[in-house]
Amino acid sequence: MAPITTIHYLVVAAALFVLGVIGVLTRRNVVIVLMSVELILNAVNLNLVAFSRIWGLHGQVFAIFVITDAAAEAAVGLGILIAFFRNKETVNVDEIDLLKW
Amino acid sequence: MFFLDQIWLIPLLPAFGATLMFFFGKKLQKQTVSAVCVGTVALAFVLSCGAVWQYVHNYSASQPFEKVMYTWLGSDTGHLNYTTHDGYPAEFKAQVGFLLDPLSSIWLLFVTGVGMLIHIYSTGYMAHEGGYYRFFGYLNLFMFSMLTLILANNYAQLFVGWEGVGLCSYLLIGFYFHRKSASDAANKAFIVNRIGDAGFLLGMFTIAWHLGSVRFTDVTTMARSGHFHVGDPVLTAAALLLFVGACGKSAQLPLYVWLPDAMEGPTPVSALIHAATMVTAGVYMVARSNAIFVLAPNAMKTVAIVGALTAIFAASIGLVQNDIKRVLAYSTVSQLGYMFLALGVGAFAAGVFHVFTHAFFKALLFLGAGSVIHALSGEQDMRNMGDLARRTPTTYMTMLIATLAIAGIPLFAGFFSKDEILWQAWHSAEGSPYLWLIGFGTALMTAFYMFRLMFLTFHGQPRMSHEVEHHIHESPKSMTVPLIILAFFSIFSGWLSWPQSLGGNDRLMKFVEPVFANEAHVIQEQGKSALLAAGAKEKEPTSSTEYGLMFLSVAAAVVGGGLAFRSYARADKGYAEPIEATAKPVYTVLYNKWFIDEAYDYVFTGRRRLGKVRLGVLGLGDASTWFDVHVVDGLVNGTGWTTRTLATLSKWWDTWIIDGIGVNGPAILARILSYPFRLFEWGLVQWYALVMVAGLLGFVFYYAYR
Repeated sequence: MAPITTIHYLVVAAALFVLGVIGVLTRRNVVIVLMSVELILNAVNLNLVAFSRIWGLHGQVFAIFVITDAAAEAAVGLGILIAFFRNKETVNVDEIDLLKW
Repeated sequence: MFFLDQIWLIPLLPAFGATLMFFFGKKLQKQTVSAVCVGTVALAFVLSCGAVWQYVHNYSASQPFEKVMYTWLGSDTGHLNYTTHDGYPAEFKAQVGFLLDPLSSIWLLFVTGVGMLIHIYSTGYMAHEGGYYRFFGYLNLFMFSMLTLILANNYAQLFVGWEGVGLCSYLLIGFYFHRKSASDAANKAFIVNRIGDAGFLLGMFTIAWHLGSVRFTDVTTMARSGHFHVGDPVLTAAALLLFVGACGKSAQLPLYVWLPDAMEGPTPVSALIHAATMVTAGVYMVARSNAIFVLAPNAMKTVAIVGALTAIFAASIGLVQNDIKRVLAYSTVSQLGYMFLALGVGAFAAGVFHVFTHAFFKALLFLGAGSVIHALSGEQDMRNMGDLARRTPTTYMTMLIATLAIAGIPLFAGFFSKDEILWQAWHSAEGSPYLWLIGFGTALMTAFYMFRLMFLTFHGQPRMSHEVEHHIHESPKSMTVPLIILAFFSIFSGWLSWPQSLGGNDRLMKFVEPVFANEAHVIQEQGKSALLAAGAKEKEPTSSTEYGLMFLSVAAAVVGGGLAFRSYARADKGYAEPIEATAKPVYTVLYNKWFIDEAYDYVFTGRRRLGKVRLGVLGLGDASTWFDVHVVDGLVNGTGWTTRTLATLSKWWDTWIIDGIGVNGPAILARILSYPFRLFEWGLVQWYALVMVAGLLGFVFYYAYR
């Protein structure tokens, strides 16, 4: 069995990333869109961790920052979503178009 | 010298009575009112007699008695300093002062005397009238004003009295103020007098400006000082202006129109104010200003001509009037014309003498007329009278005496004074036969209309209604006694100046002559040449001419009376007016008073229109209305219209230019220009994300495969 190389990690990360992008682009529910954004972020994290095997721990540290950021983003995003839901009774992304021209 | 020192009491007593009536009159009983008001005037009469008596015995006639109470206008503070016409410093100063000289003595005596008699008469005449206290309050106020006027020692104080009598005249003409004709007549008298008063005021100020004082003694001294030459234009102007005042107050042409209408007042008022006293104020004022008039021969000539014309003009109207009081009113105007004729020809003393006699017989005529009206329950139209001689014998006898006096029958008062005037009009330096002729014609007319009045009233057939006839009664004692006293004076007041030509000594005229001393003086010193230069001929007075003229004037009186006798002595209902029968147009003109009131309405008041145009005061009103509507309102409306138009323009500018181009323009421009970019923002977040992904992929492929 061939050892697990960086390429493998990158392939998994790319798959996750593509899954995330597809989720963001296709799903209607904002909660799921946010979850898909988490997927994208975690794909990036996987990349960072994978490369830290070669270039040291900087990548892991950065990943922790990204996780923190993701938490903050989820919190803010959900907060906005709740406030919005109270006004519009919906969480469908294609109905959220108040800033449209 | 009690009476002279206390001379201020004379005007003050009636003033006291008037004040009492003003505050308490309504609460007082008629007897109290009569007692107070007649009492004050009677007391004033007594004091006047005392004052004149003391004056005559303690002063020479050329030396006036003057008592100054205090300075009323102007003082030592110098606020009223000015420079006279000739550049001398002067101060406008008017005092409350009393001047007693022969001139004011005569006025003082007959004003208080006749005034007292008329007050007594009024207690009977007004006994059944409302406003009794008001009437007597006004009368007392009038006495106060008149006495202030004649006792004044300067023009300003004289003017106070002058206005006071004007006010009382107004109040008393309008005594029956609920009658429109009475209040109209009162207004007319007041307004016409204002015209004269304006002249008087201007004359007074001209004197102050030219002579530096308004005090009579100063003015006289200055005028006689020889500082001013005869014919001085400023003095002429001053004299003419004063004469305008006299024309208003003494009812001369062209300002006489108020006096006939003034007969709307109660008859005692007509007697006191509009016959005996107030209307002679103009004569008094001109006589008082004689020093100025003598220096102004042209003004004198004007006075003489106006006087003569007024005399004959008013007499001609009097010939045909039917209202008993109006005949007497025109007679008064006519007699006042005689007085001014006398003043104008320089015969001041003769004029004053006529004022004196006239006061008695004209007051008597009016009071007699009042008695007749009283007897006939208020009837004033002579067409409805007749045959009263038997029923009111006292009134008849006394009025007959007055008629003989005014007609100029010898031995009666009017004969002496009128004859003196006619004689002076003929022979004095300023006189002329033409003036005499006018006076002579007037004498003829006077006799005619007075006897016409007597015959229509007291003789012929009774023409009143049966009911009125039934009530005819002789007046009470309070009315007849004054008539008898006045009748006495209507005879004997003339005897005070029995002419020299008839063996007398001209006593009364000699008494006043010193007041006019300068007349002779000026004419001798400088005036004679001036007057001669002006064309006056020197005439030698010859006694034969005087007797001839005297005979002619008596003949005129007899002829006038005879004509009246022939026409009216047996007047029945529908009697014929001789003038109407012989010359209808003349009668129409005279009956309508020469259409003077109508002419004044056309020219001065504007009550009548000339075509479509009004002249006079109402015309001026029309003109100023037109000016107001078209010019002032036009300007206002024009300004408004301009403002509105400008505002509309400004609004348009603001809306379309400022808001449109300036403010909204850039916004619209920005909106138009930004339109394509707005299309990108169509609102689907996932589309944005897709674009981002596509862009990202684009970049990736670009960098990977280039």
